[in-house]
Amino acid sequence: MSAALAAAGAGLGLGAGTYVFRFAGATVRRRLGLGARAQRLIELSSVVLLVAVMATAAVADDQRYTGAARPLGVAVALLLAWRRAPTVVVIIAASVATALARIVFG
Amino acid sequence: MVTSLTVGVTAMTYGATAVHGGLPFWLPVLLSVVVLAGSAEFVFVGILASGGNPLAAAFAGLLVNARHLPYGMAVSDVTGSGWRRVVRSHVVNDETVLFTRGEHGPEARDAAFVASAIGISVCWPLGALLGALAGPLLGDPERFGLDATFPAVIASLVLPSLRERRVRAAALAGAVIAVSTIPYLPPGLPVLLALAAVVVAAVRQ
Repeated sequence: MSAALAAAGAGLGLGAGTYVFRFAGATVRRRLGLGARAQRLIELSSVVLLVAVMATAAVADDQRYTGAARPLGVAVALLLAWRRAPTVVVIIAASVATALARIVFG
Repeated sequence: MVTSLTVGVTAMTYGATAVHGGLPFWLPVLLSVVVLAGSAEFVFVGILASGGNPLAAAFAGLLVNARHLPYGMAVSDVTGSGWRRVVRSHVVNDETVLFTRGEHGPEARDAAFVASAIGISVCWPLGALLGALAGPLLGDPERFGLDATFPAVIASLVLPSLRERRVRAAALAGAVIAVSTIPYLPPGLPVLLALAAVVVAAVRQ
């Protein structure tokens, strides 16, 4: 039972720490009253982070690269998104492409 | 809302993976409410399931979640102040930042944030619960290509932000940095390293 308690405690710690990041981010910008240039850089940061999250999630799990199937599916998603396809279409196409690629390439 | 459904599906994968790894069903559900950040929860659960100690799992998750600091800054106009900020801070994450990004003007941004926040606050824990309980029955999500849905959603929603050449260049550079450092760094750090591209962009201005 104590292993479960430790896990729960660690989980709560992760939640608390994450909240501190979130709250600090939400607070610091208002407190410092950062100018337009800083604002643009912050927005640029959020885009760069999101694209990095997408890219790493597309090609790897933790520290291991996956096979070609998922990156292929995400490439399909990017193509369709570029063509302004609705999100629903993008997601389904990506899943189907990935599943098919997995069957073909293993 | 399509993204909420995608979040729900990912959550089911998450819950099922946790239980499959030997963890009690309530753990992913607890995390899904208390942390509300998928990537970190996957890492946390993964470390515990492979026998790692809880402290290491928590630190790894925090590293992954460090990006919530700039995320909070990016949506600070929406989180506001006082009690609103206390409550809204909790739901700042990949999805809500992604959604809010797509809108301009205070009301549109506020609406986007609130809508996506409600969507994920419901679908993420619910999906985690369903996945944890029904896990073995669901089969392998990779068979249906469901592992591609999370990056695909980001692709669909972030692309409009990449129309500007400067932004596209920084994002591409950041992605290359992140992807290339994956084998050498613990989870979370590659994504943070992508910010080097922003530093370069800032210096070159």
